[in-house]
Parts: sequence; structure tokens; C-alpha cells
Amino acid sequence: MTGTDERPLVRIRGLRKAFGTHLVLDGIDLDVREGEVTVLLGPSGSGKSTLLRCVNHLEKPDAGFVEIGGELVGYRHDGDRLHELRTRAITRQRAHVGMVFQQFNLFPHLSVLDNITEAPAAVRGVPRRQAAERARELLARVGLAGREDSYPRQLSGGQQQRVAIARALAMEPRLLLFDEPTSALDPELVGEVLAVMQDLALSGMTMIVVTHEIGFARKVADTVVFLDGGKIIESGAPADVLAAPRHERARSFLSAVL
Amino acid sequence: MPQHDSPAAATAAPGHPPPARPEPDGSAPGPRPLDIRATDQELLAARLVPLRRPGQWISAAVLLVLFAMLVHTVVTNPRFQWHVVGHYFLRASILHGLELTLWLTGAVMASGYLLGIGVAAMRLSRNPVLRSLSFGYVWLVRSVPPLVQLLFWYELASLYPRLSVGVPFGPEFAGVRTAHLFSGILAAYVGLTLDVAALSAEIVRGGILSVDPGQREAARALGLSEGRIFRRIVLPQAMPAIIPSSGNLLIGMLKATSIVSVIAVQDLLYSSQLIYNQNFLIMPLLLVATLWYVILTTLLSIGQFYVERFYARGSDRGAGKPPRGFWQVTRSNIPLFGPARSAAVGL
Ligand SMILES: Nc1ncnc2c1ncn2[C@@H]1O[C@H](COP(=O)(O)OP(=O)(O)OP(=O)(O)O)[C@@H](O)[C@H]1O
Ligand SMILES: [Mg+2]
Repeated sequence: MTGTDERPLVRIRGLRKAFGTHLVLDGIDLDVREGEVTVLLGPSGSGKSTLLRCVNHLEKPDAGFVEIGGELVGYRHDGDRLHELRTRAITRQRAHVGMVFQQFNLFPHLSVLDNITEAPAAVRGVPRRQAAERARELLARVGLAGREDSYPRQLSGGQQQRVAIARALAMEPRLLLFDEPTSALDPELVGEVLAVMQDLALSGMTMIVVTHEIGFARKVADTVVFLDGGKIIESGAPADVLAAPRHERARSFLSAVL
Repeated sequence: MPQHDSPAAATAAPGHPPPARPEPDGSAPGPRPLDIRATDQELLAARLVPLRRPGQWISAAVLLVLFAMLVHTVVTNPRFQWHVVGHYFLRASILHGLELTLWLTGAVMASGYLLGIGVAAMRLSRNPVLRSLSFGYVWLVRSVPPLVQLLFWYELASLYPRLSVGVPFGPEFAGVRTAHLFSGILAAYVGLTLDVAALSAEIVRGGILSVDPGQREAARALGLSEGRIFRRIVLPQAMPAIIPSSGNLLIGMLKATSIVSVIAVQDLLYSSQLIYNQNFLIMPLLLVATLWYVILTTLLSIGQFYVERFYARGSDRGAGKPPRGFWQVTRSNIPLFGPARSAAVGL
């Protein structure tokens, strides 16, 4: 977007992760600049979710590192060592990174309002009343004004996912991660969630989005990254990667999802 | 399988006549079905007759007669001595025993559950030492009958006349004589608490495992602390799985406290025994204790109902529909007392 040459908000270098003998991420290098939207594409099992989960240390990488805003995620650098941080410190880092899941993962026993105010109140110590006020603003922003007293199961999938986005925004994150946010939705509900995400992108939010919605990638993404077998095989502006993929795997994947 | 069913006629929904088809009385080719087919109008006009179940009525009648006989003998057999039951029912010593039973149950359940939640958390932790410790504890306590445990703690003095704090094989810092340490009531408290801890640990662990791991993940991604996640996100969602078994455990423990009578702790049962040891009115005094246990158990069951309903918030059952009252649910669980039809409609 702005295309300045300042240090990117997210820097991923040499990231590797294996489950048992199965190498899921095989040396990922990726930069995400402030205010940019990066869309991750790739076939099932290519490691997209694992990469996202490494970004906020829900998954511990085997090698390589993730840096957000110049701060190492999950580790402390000391001489020739990377020491794993204490849970408390990792928790503090995660508070700056929002995440939206395929299955929404709203807290079913809490009302919509409590879902949104829980983290700001508990983690940041925002007074309940102030947090509630902010929650109502966020609900209006995702088009759900007046639904604060509902419980998640009383909402449609699209509405639940928009609440989940509001919940992530309530922590005022520097970075938002989306893992297939529309894959569990009925087709007619996909649009309302994508509209909210596009709105966020326009407002300058930095986002990494795993999705199969090519239309969204084409319209909203600044960078499209294509993952296969734990490696980035293609990366660049959507116009280039989507219109004229150089790699055979990317071409066959794109022709399948389009 | 009849071969000549016209699929259109078989699947047509009532009220929606199928599209034009040849009249059945026309000169349709092929063999004619054996029965004369009814028209849709006839089927729609017919009254629905539910299947009769005479066996149900007969068994209900037999049961009612047996129940009436039971009530009759209990009321009229003079050897039940109901006037004696009434005489002792509110006696001070019985009420003191009742009080002890109540607070022993309460104390045992409270401390047992605190310990049990800890044991369950240890079992689910990543630390292998804690996991094995928790497993070993539950295994050991579950293998020993509560009565044996109780006697064990009561007789601890014979095993360890002195208990002391100090370095193993080294100097001793402080010590006490166990003879004074474990009175009957303390032995009961400790023994039963350890028992409840083991049983509740398994109940709590099962409940925690029933919570979708995505919940914990989402809470972590929000930056909530591990303790907060456990208390605010995981435990409340584990509650619907925990409460029914915990209700059973509580009621079981209320009655299990009666084993303390073997070490002369004056609970409800032992207070009754003390009286009938003097006046030999055994049956009426056992009835006094029994009636009190029944009353307490009933109250606890009602309490359990309301707790379960509270934790059903936000679930499919609780959401939207007005909550069903205690009496409604009782009636639908005992269909003899109320129309089962309305319960079926509610489902
Ligand atoms: N916790 C885990 N334990 C073992 N294997 C795992 C674990 N998580 C992921 N995997 C494996 O890692 C591989 C990549 O998984 P990942 O979820 O990152 O893929 P993905 O690109 O997100 O796929 P999808 O499009 O299906 O979501 C898969 O083969 C998966 O089976
Ligand atoms: Mg995935």
C-alpha cells in the first residue's frame, strides 16, 4: 500500500515445524508490512494453519523465528541462545495479535457482550462499563448493533463470525490473523463476513488471511502467498500471482478453486 | 415389496394433490393391485388412531395395587410404631446428629472438591511427575473401601505414635503424638475428604475433557492467562458434564457419612442407635433416621435441578425457550402423574 522501505511489522525467517517425522513448514520467509493484507493460499495440509498458529505462538516452531514490531515472538535473544519465554510473557505478546477461527470459537456460555469485553477487562483492566461501551461500538461496526444480549447459539454462523471479529478487535490488535473465516459458513452468509473484513482492510488493519475466496484475495490483498508442502512457492501482487501463476502446482490449485 | 406402487402417490404430501395422473379406475394396463386404493380425500379425512398399548395399562394397574398394599401395611402395622417415630423425630439428640451429618457432608464435599480439582488439573498437566502422582493417588484411594480408610485414619496412632517434620533420617524439627491428632471426627473428615477428592477428580477431569479444545485456543489467542482460562472459560463449560455426577456424589456422601457410626461419631444414624440401644425401639428409630435422609436427599435433588438449569445458559436447551419449571420436569419424568403427551410435544 504505502510501499515505504521501513521495517515490516511481521518478519518470519527460516520457520520450520515438524509433527513427528512429518515436516509441515519447511523454511518459511515472509514479510508483512504495516497496514497490508496478506492472503495465504494453498491446498489442504500445505501448512497454512500451522504458519498462522506459529505467528502468535500457539504452535512452537522447531527452527527459525517470528518477529512482530521488532519483538521476537515466544523467545528472548541472549548471546547465541534463544530462550523460550514464560507463559505469562507469551500471553502478553498474544494480546497484541487477534485471531479469528474457522469454527468461530465464541464462548457459548457468555453473552455476546461478555464475549467481547472478557479479554479487555481481564487482560487490560479496562473498567467493565467502558469495555461494554466499546463493545457496542464494535458490534455496530460489524453490523450487529443491539445483539449484545444474545448468546452465540442464537446467532447465525455469519453473525457469530462477525462477533468473533469484534471480539478480536476489542483488544486493539496490531495484527489480525484469519484462518479460513468463511469456510464453515453457508454460501449466502460468506459475503457479510468478507464485507466486514474488507472494511477492516480499508481502515488500515494489518491482516494475514487464509482463505479460498479468490475474489477476496484479488480485491483486497496487497500480497498473495502460495504455500505448498510447507514451502512458499509463489508470492507477489494478486494481479500477478492469480492471473499468471508461474508454478504448475499453483496453476492447478487455482483452476480448481475458481 | 409391492412392485406397482406409483411413486407420485406414495410420496405426495398431504394437502398437496400430486400432479395430474391417470384415474385409478381407468383402463390402466398391467395387473390390478389386490386392495382397492383409497383416494387422497379419504386418507385426509380419516381420523388418526394411535396404537393401543394394553400391557402398559395392566402393568400400571398391578403396580398401583402393589403400592397401595405397601402403603396400607406401613400405615396399619402397629409394629412400625409411628407415634414413637413422631416422638423422637425432633428430639434434640437426633437434631444434633443431623447437624453433624450436614456439616460433615458439607466440609467433606468442599475440601474434597478443592483437592479433586487440583488432582484433575495435575492429571491434565504437561508435567509427567504430576500426572503420575495424580494417577497413583486416584488409583490408591479408589482401591480401598471407605470404611477401611476410615478405620485406618482412626487407628493411625498404632502405626505412627508420633508424627514429626524433619529431614528423612536426619534431625527432627517438630512432632506431635497422633493419639491426640485423629479423633473420630477428624479421622472421618480426613478419610472421606480423600475419598471425595479421588472421585471428584475423575468427574472434573471428564468434564474438562468434554470442552472443545478450540475454546481454550481462542482464549489463549485473546491473551487470557491460563488460570483465567480455566476458571472463566473451561470450568463453566465443563459444569453441565460435572453437575449430574457431582449431585450423585453429594447425595451418596450424605449417606456415606453414616459409616462414621462405627467409630462412635454421633451423626444422625449413631444418635438414633444410641437411643435404641437403651429403649430397644429399633425399627422406629431407624425410621427416624431414614426419614431425615429421605428429606435431605429430596432437598438436594431439587437444588441440583436448579443448578443444572443455571449452567444450561446459552446451550441449545436454555436459549430462546422459556425455562421449564421444576414441577413440569418432574411430571414429565413420572408420566403416571401427568399427561406424557405434553412432554412429547415439548421435545
Ligand atoms: N497438532 C498436530 N499434530 C500432528 N499433525 C498435525 C497437527 N496439526 C497439523 N498437523 C498436520 O500438519 C499438516 C498441515 O496442517 P495445517 O492445518 O497447517 O494445514 P492447512 O494448510 O491449514 O490445511 P487445511 O486447508 O486443511 O486447513 C497436516 O498434514 C496435518 O495433518
Ligand atoms: Mg487449516
